Amino acid sequence: MTPKLGGGRTALLAGGAVLVLGVVAACGSGGGTTNTQNGFQPVPQTGGQITVWVDSTRLAAAQQYQKQNPSVSMNIVSYDGDANGSNYLQTKVGLFNRTREGWPDVVFSSQNNETTWAVDAGFTAPLNKGQIPQSVLDGWATGANDPCTVNGTLHCLRNDLSQTVLWYNAALLKQWNYQVPKTWEEFQTLGEKVAAEHPGYLVGSAGDTFTPEIYLWAGKCGANQITGPKALTVNTTGPNCTRMAALLDKLIKNHTLSLSSVFSSDFGKNLADKILMMPGPAWFGGALFQDTFKVPAGQIAVAPMPQWSGDDKPSVGNVGGGTWLLSAHSKNLKAATDFLTWVTTSDDYQGKVAPGYPAFAKAATTWLSKQNSSGYYLNDIAGPLQAAAGQVWPGWGYGQFSQEAIWAATITPGLNAGKAIVSMLPDWQKAVVNYAKSNGYQVSEQ
Amino acid sequence: MTSWRVRWPGRAGHAFVAAYVVLLIAFGVIPTAYAVYFAFTDAGNRFVGLANFTAAASDFRFVAAVEHVALYLVFWLAALVVFVVGLALLLHRVTARPVSRSLRFLYYIPGALAGAASVMVWLFMLDPAVSPASFLLRAFGFDTFGQVVAPGHLPVLFTLIAFWTGAGGWIVVMYGALNNISPDLIEAARIDGAGAWQTARRIQIPLLRKWIVYMVILAFAGGTQLFVEPQLLTLASVGVAGRDYSLNQLSYDFAFQHNNVNTAAAVSVELLVVGLVAAGVFVARSGFFDAD
Repeated sequence: MTPKLGGGRTALLAGGAVLVLGVVAACGSGGGTTNTQNGFQPVPQTGGQITVWVDSTRLAAAQQYQKQNPSVSMNIVSYDGDANGSNYLQTKVGLFNRTREGWPDVVFSSQNNETTWAVDAGFTAPLNKGQIPQSVLDGWATGANDPCTVNGTLHCLRNDLSQTVLWYNAALLKQWNYQVPKTWEEFQTLGEKVAAEHPGYLVGSAGDTFTPEIYLWAGKCGANQITGPKALTVNTTGPNCTRMAALLDKLIKNHTLSLSSVFSSDFGKNLADKILMMPGPAWFGGALFQDTFKVPAGQIAVAPMPQWSGDDKPSVGNVGGGTWLLSAHSKNLKAATDFLTWVTTSDDYQGKVAPGYPAFAKAATTWLSKQNSSGYYLNDIAGPLQAAAGQVWPGWGYGQFSQEAIWAATITPGLNAGKAIVSMLPDWQKAVVNYAKSNGYQVSEQ
Repeated sequence: MTSWRVRWPGRAGHAFVAAYVVLLIAFGVIPTAYAVYFAFTDAGNRFVGLANFTAAASDFRFVAAVEHVALYLVFWLAALVVFVVGLALLLHRVTARPVSRSLRFLYYIPGALAGAASVMVWLFMLDPAVSPASFLLRAFGFDTFGQVVAPGHLPVLFTLIAFWTGAGGWIVVMYGALNNISPDLIEAARIDGAGAWQTARRIQIPLLRKWIVYMVILAFAGGTQLFVEPQLLTLASVGVAGRDYSLNQLSYDFAFQHNNVNTAAAVSVELLVVGLVAAGVFVARSGFFDAD
């Protein structure tokens, strides 16, 4: 080879290396400006098309509105709904803030914590400063819009509540002559009985990212006490945490709690027809039993979440429940607000079509009577669900970091390796503290 | 015409390279310079020295991510060198042309799939509930996806995925390089009594050295930037495995979750420096640019 060609190769190689490595640099061009949003200043209202971002489940809502209001020009975009901590919305808004264009007018998110970043990013328009009448806002279930309220200003609207209840297969329970457990002690006893008498059957699942929200939230475990906009108190090793963790450990060990996610292919294939009971959120009924597992009508029933005996203040957990956000950058706030109001409050969608328990109380009444009249459930589900809606333990908050992601990365691998949750509670605490601090939280550990 | 050619030899080559240079500047050099600028400034564009670098290094995920990437690189580079060279040598010994041709094609196929798509294939392969190779996974004692993606398995899994998606192209390149070795040399070795093993060890591998170094440099740069595999695994396992695994993911988190482009850029610049230094070491130690 001649030296000349060698030199050419140097350039090529160096160029290749720079090009390959330069891809990283492209990742570094996101982010955005911060803006405290004191006093809302709409952009010039030029009207025109509104862009709506929804997840696949809420696509039906946007399409229904478009059908009923053909004169409104809508651009409906389907995205992942920010599920499972994907942070898609935050990522995109960061980029739009940089390019100063492209924001959607209305967004559905499957997360309740969007305000923790979206308010600072200047993305959300306030909703209770004349945009939506207070009389309408009063129609939401008590506390439903708490995750949307930042310093007294409402920055999003809750789509659905996800209070937890005890779902069970009434037909099977009756056949085996078991009683619905009212306390966690009874729940555990029944779990041990099932393990002995009907091995292979489940009394619940502990393999999901939202497992802590079903059990530890309901059990008043102080792992996620958001005490201020950037303040958190964590104590994962208190008695409320350890006794629920011990219960889970026991039932995981005798295989009556599954370690596979209820949405995994493993669960669908091997465990879906082995469910005796399953504590879980309101949306388990429609989304899980009816749509995913295709459990036939007339088997599934609902009971209140078990409580610890002697505890006179019943508490339940909560798993998600989406929110709707209105963009502060919208050039057609009128059309955007109209859609937002309709999609969160209307009986046509929330009462009759929506899969989850509506956060808007009047729509919830319609939704419950529709569910009951469908004949799918074996008992009246309205009572337990309505009661649970007011019993969500307020000591568990919505921070900027994802508790679900922390649990998944910290506890689930240990569970798969056969470790006990009780033994991992200190690791969990450490992880929560680390993530909270890296998100700028003041953390106090008790 | 002739005098022009003398004045500027190889003008066609320059024309070809020009198009590449434009793209290189637009998508390689400028973003890199932009990243370097970000890495040494804060959100208000003030020069902050190494503050972003210390901020990145003091993050609780940083050391773990460095360890993860280092371990992955060991597995990935070792697997790449051993198996690519080994398979290329074996392939070169296959004398039946149709067999050799179809093998080369087979090796190359996975590389023809887009990166993310081939990772998706693996996510199915690794789930015992749906994998066509589930009997194999069960034979190893893995009954659920969660057990397969246990933290200790990740370097091996990422190596498997990366090898499957990326090694085929290199095997074909090595095969081409082997074809470049003069048959006279091989013939002479054979006459001197060298077997297949000795020919490979004494003749072929030494002559492949530059190609191997070239492969290692690019694979090292690519490997330090591990991103797609852990990121997709995070989504597939609903966050159980792969979150905050690599430095690039950490950079992505800084940029988009913490809205901190500057610290994200600092991590990127560190990766750039590491890649360039490694390339420099390999080039210097191997005599890469020495004339043959």
